[in-house]
Amino acid sequence: MPGVATDISHINTNSSVEFYVGQSQLSNALRGINIVVISAGVARKPGMTRNDLFSINASIVRELIEAVADTCPKALIAIVTNPLNSTVPIAAHVLKSKNCYNPKRLFGITTLDSIRASRFVRDTHGIDAMELHVPVVGGHSGNTIVPLLSMATPQVKLSQKEMEDLVQRIQYGGDEVVKAKDGEGSATLSMAYAGARFTSSLVRAVGGAQVMESAFVPLAADSQGAHQIRRLGANSLDFFAVPIELGKTGTLRIVPLDAEPNMLELKAIDIAARTLKDNIAQGIKYMDSNQPLY
Amino acid sequence: MVSVAILGAAGGIGQPLSLLLKLNANVSKLHLYDIVNVPGVAADISHISTNAEVKSFLGAGQLNDAVTGIDLAIIPAGVPRKPGMTRDDLFKINAGIVKTLVEAIALNSPKAFIAVISNPVNSTVPIAAEVLKSKGVFDARRLFGVTSLDVVRASRFVRDLRPDVDAAALRVPVVGGHSGNTIVPLLSLASTPISLSLEETKDLTHRIQFGGDEVVKAKDGAGSATLSMAYAGARFADSLLRAMKGESVVEPTFIALAADPEGAKEFRELGAGSLEFFAVPVELGPGGVKRIVPLGAQPSAFELDAIKVATEALATNIATGVTYVKGV
Repeated sequence: MPGVATDISHINTNSSVEFYVGQSQLSNALRGINIVVISAGVARKPGMTRNDLFSINASIVRELIEAVADTCPKALIAIVTNPLNSTVPIAAHVLKSKNCYNPKRLFGITTLDSIRASRFVRDTHGIDAMELHVPVVGGHSGNTIVPLLSMATPQVKLSQKEMEDLVQRIQYGGDEVVKAKDGEGSATLSMAYAGARFTSSLVRAVGGAQVMESAFVPLAADSQGAHQIRRLGANSLDFFAVPIELGKTGTLRIVPLDAEPNMLELKAIDIAARTLKDNIAQGIKYMDSNQPLY
Repeated sequence: MVSVAILGAAGGIGQPLSLLLKLNANVSKLHLYDIVNVPGVAADISHISTNAEVKSFLGAGQLNDAVTGIDLAIIPAGVPRKPGMTRDDLFKINAGIVKTLVEAIALNSPKAFIAVISNPVNSTVPIAAEVLKSKGVFDARRLFGVTSLDVVRASRFVRDLRPDVDAAALRVPVVGGHSGNTIVPLLSLASTPISLSLEETKDLTHRIQFGGDEVVKAKDGAGSATLSMAYAGARFADSLLRAMKGESVVEPTFIALAADPEGAKEFRELGAGSLEFFAVPVELGPGGVKRIVPLGAQPSAFELDAIKVATEALATNIATGVTYVKGV
């Protein structure tokens, strides 16, 4: 850890870099912090699903969030650690039990799914990936990922088969990398890019800007704005990835989709919601059966 | 639009460097080559939503394809330093690697720009030059040793000492070579005048010269600078890419002074003497080195002394590289 920090501290941007090693330094690491990004945890290996890493990563996230609650309860918290569909609910649970839960300040980073969506459309259709935006809703694993290709801007003309293939590829983009890395891990570089992109948005928002983004959030962050996505299939789920507008205090509002998803997409949202329900419940179950010692 | 090959793409520097190059809008094709793990790295990076097409090349059998049709080859390949090792200790291994890679570039893309990161740069750049000469394709304007990290460190370390300084804006010329006392930061010629006592100048100079060791020590056996090196390498590559497009860009870099014999005179007089290679500020253009940029003022006495020391060490390092290729 000192090595990474020393390396990075030589870069000639103006931020100062400090390092903290080990559990005993965790609260020092968090003192005075505005934004916490959590990527800690083990990576998937071929054959593993995101749920296989669940126990290890669940306990890591729980411990870190407890420290955040104790040291910087007003920080914006962005989670990368998988399985996101469960770790974000775990984080919410910890914050609630510490009486510092604010649904507007908690985010699961799903940016990589949007990035993959734009890039994979370019792979098959040659369009400018940097200009293309595809809304992605639902969760952050396999069939809980729902890219809304019919609402891409600029519009992309796709046959049903093309759409199905693209959806499949976007949903299992992570597996593609795990397989290619052949035991050496999962996506790191593209995930770092995605994480940095989302964190930049948080930084700008904390700095006073209003920023459009997407993330896996507690729908309680904007109960009113959540109506649309509930009606479309999120139903009574507590968490769902949606387009949001960020400001100084975190999620300002959920941004409505400006069209109805097509039949294929509505079906995909249904399937996603069913799996998500289990993933979220698994997170809650973990917390209920691992009562903290406080 | 430009095709770039990263040779050593799966390594500690190669991976973050490949990520940063994938983010560069001027790159249309990114060839990632290594002897292990590169298919996974390429699959990972290929998911990023910028327009460059990523291709993976694994193993010696795919090297020729990796360097075919490329405009720029960046070489971070090689083993990193461990505590106690000097850059020269890794020489034998890295010399062989650089020689093989440059032979392939000479064969398949002889007009490509070549940016060498692999240490010891003071010797690997001369090795590259000798290989290119032996194939009849050497162009002093297209071969670069990447010294940007020294410049980056100079700016940052000044800020560490003077917290009001904007590290991103400050430019400190750094001349000489790329290891220990061959690195000569010209703090007296910084873009914004900084007031330093002699003691502070000595300490700062030492810190910049041994910044690499600072990281090797902190990593405690786990390697040398990777992330800051990737940043510096990507910054230099970006300057090359912009220069290829016709923009006039100034960068410090370790080059064969034959790239601009007229411009080299000033540096020879300041102490480079008859050295074949020296790090100097360079104006880049579509053909590579357009000219060496004059310093505009005389370095201080302390700095002139440092150039003397640097030149002596550099002469040995360069000879080591040349001998490696040519024999005795």
